[in-house]
Amino acid sequence: MATKELNKNEVLLHVDDLKMHFPIYRGVFQRQVGAVRAVDGVSFDVKRGETLGLVGESGCGKSTTGRTILQLYKPTSGAVTFDGTNLVTLKGEQMRQMRRKMQMIFQDPYASLNPRMTVAQLVGEPLMVHSAATGAEITERVAHLLELVNLNPAFATRYPHEFSGGQRQRIGVARALALQPSFIICDEPISALDVSIQAQVVNLLEELQEQFNLTYLFIAHDLSMVKHISDRVAVMYLGVIVELATRDELYAKPLHPYTQALLSAVPIPDPVADAKRKRTILQGDVPSPANPPSGCRFRTRCPIAEAVCAETRPEFREIRPGHFVACFFAERFL
Amino acid sequence: MPDFILDVQGLETTFRTPDGVVHAVNGVSFGLLEGETLGVVGESGCGKSVTMLSILGLIASPPGKVEAGKAIFSGQDLIKMSKEEIRHVRGAQIGMIFQDPMTSLNPVLTIGRQLEEPLMLHIGMTKNQARERAAELLAMVGIPNAKDRLNDYPHQYSGGMRQRVMIAMALSCSPQILIADEPTTALDVTIQAQITDLVKRLRDELGMAIIWITHDLGVVASLAQRVLVMYGGFIIEEAQVKELYASPEHPYTIGLLGSLPRVDEKERSKLFSIEGQPPVLYQKPEACPFAPRCKWAIEHCWKENPPLLVVGPEHRAACWVDTRTGRHR
Repeated sequence: MATKELNKNEVLLHVDDLKMHFPIYRGVFQRQVGAVRAVDGVSFDVKRGETLGLVGESGCGKSTTGRTILQLYKPTSGAVTFDGTNLVTLKGEQMRQMRRKMQMIFQDPYASLNPRMTVAQLVGEPLMVHSAATGAEITERVAHLLELVNLNPAFATRYPHEFSGGQRQRIGVARALALQPSFIICDEPISALDVSIQAQVVNLLEELQEQFNLTYLFIAHDLSMVKHISDRVAVMYLGVIVELATRDELYAKPLHPYTQALLSAVPIPDPVADAKRKRTILQGDVPSPANPPSGCRFRTRCPIAEAVCAETRPEFREIRPGHFVACFFAERFL
Repeated sequence: MPDFILDVQGLETTFRTPDGVVHAVNGVSFGLLEGETLGVVGESGCGKSVTMLSILGLIASPPGKVEAGKAIFSGQDLIKMSKEEIRHVRGAQIGMIFQDPMTSLNPVLTIGRQLEEPLMLHIGMTKNQARERAAELLAMVGIPNAKDRLNDYPHQYSGGMRQRVMIAMALSCSPQILIADEPTTALDVTIQAQITDLVKRLRDELGMAIIWITHDLGVVASLAQRVLVMYGGFIIEEAQVKELYASPEHPYTIGLLGSLPRVDEKERSKLFSIEGQPPVLYQKPEACPFAPRCKWAIEHCWKENPPLLVVGPEHRAACWVDTRTGRHR
């Protein structure tokens, strides 16, 4: 943990008013008739060595945010500054060089590995693509990487289908680590795994973070796991971040009504503690991001919404040092 | 002997696969009391779903086969029933909800039509009676403008609403037992909270017994009165819900509870992880199926598979070792 405290305040990634709208085409002439506002103006920092958790329900834009940061989608507008460089303006070779420093671990270990490649090829591929190693050196590095993620290097000649879900996710982790990145986006890395296997992968991610001083953006819908792994947590709803704070503060004193409802909906594996809780059950479903409500995105399901919420979009403001919230009435919960 | 409305004894189910015969359920016995909510917990492949499908006669044969066992429901053995006989039980006296509300509804029939079908088939209602009852049922599960929405197709409903429809359908013939197989797994947490709340309300109103199958120990804690934990096709622990969470006895249950982070945890500690992975049983095991992953395993564990032993009041666990002392029970 010592290294983690050291450079806690250095910003590694700065995201500024990032928007990602996917156009909707209709009719014979395929005219654009609208857009899915998957990410609609999010801003946040990720500090070096920390884990920022990004939580929200399906369709809230958390995965799109991750992919847009890595420029896997060309953002509609906004800036992504990584280590002092604005990624949005980078082109071709420059961007390719930057990718060495930022990697991604995907959700589905069954779909994210090419079934026709051996483990050695899968883990060695990034080294080859970026000419980071050649020949025998690749074999050596692959063996070392497999050891790092607690896989037997003798498995290097096997194919993905010979492994279980947890082992496959380890291969994905080894592949992400191959180029010694400083920043990894973990996009729901454990959602597809069984409970007893989830803990194995999370412990591995934590060990690797300490060993290599990695910075994580941890995207997930499981609030208890995000609490476990994150230093700070951002909550997304319908394309916007509604609240961001340190994990202790967010979980102990959530200020946005959506965060409050989300936390109260998480089941606790303890019947005694669970019976004592006050639950807020939200009515209805998440509206469509193609046609989001005016003003505050959450107002249609919000238990405390008033007229003003429909008129103006609440500013994402710092209500206390390090605690950001987008709600007109957050003071009530202070 | 308590009065069980469903009494399952020694159930065994196997599947023929190209790699060999997989023993999915290996002698499962349990009872269900009237009006009780029984949670069945375990990871993928532990046999929890196959157990229920076997009871309901829904195992595709081949490749599956119910090799042995009884499931006594109102004096009759469900396992011995013919296809025709069990069809009158399923959906009528025993209702079911499945995991994926997207695929459990027929996409080309209206919601109304699908709700009316069991009412006409099992209760013998006329078309008009069924229509009226279907609207009542939709309203009961909290769908606004129920009457108008009967004419909608499943794709016009959201995931949470489709699961509500599934619940309405399962409860349409006032069953004595509702079997719910991971009904909230595909849903978001806020929607999951809506559904579990709905089920609790309906249970109190209608008084049916529920078997709730899930891998989520959190959901079970808030819903069930009694819990069965399954592993490798066996029930390995059985207890009242409070007892199970307060003092789990089987090393697998202990590990499973320890590997869960909690939203209400104060200190950040390393998660307890169970090394290795769940077994695929190509043979009926002689030894304890959990022994290869168990840190308490002793010699006896490798020689004989422990039966369910009484470890406390209404609390049984299939383990030779007392984990508190590390010694043989």
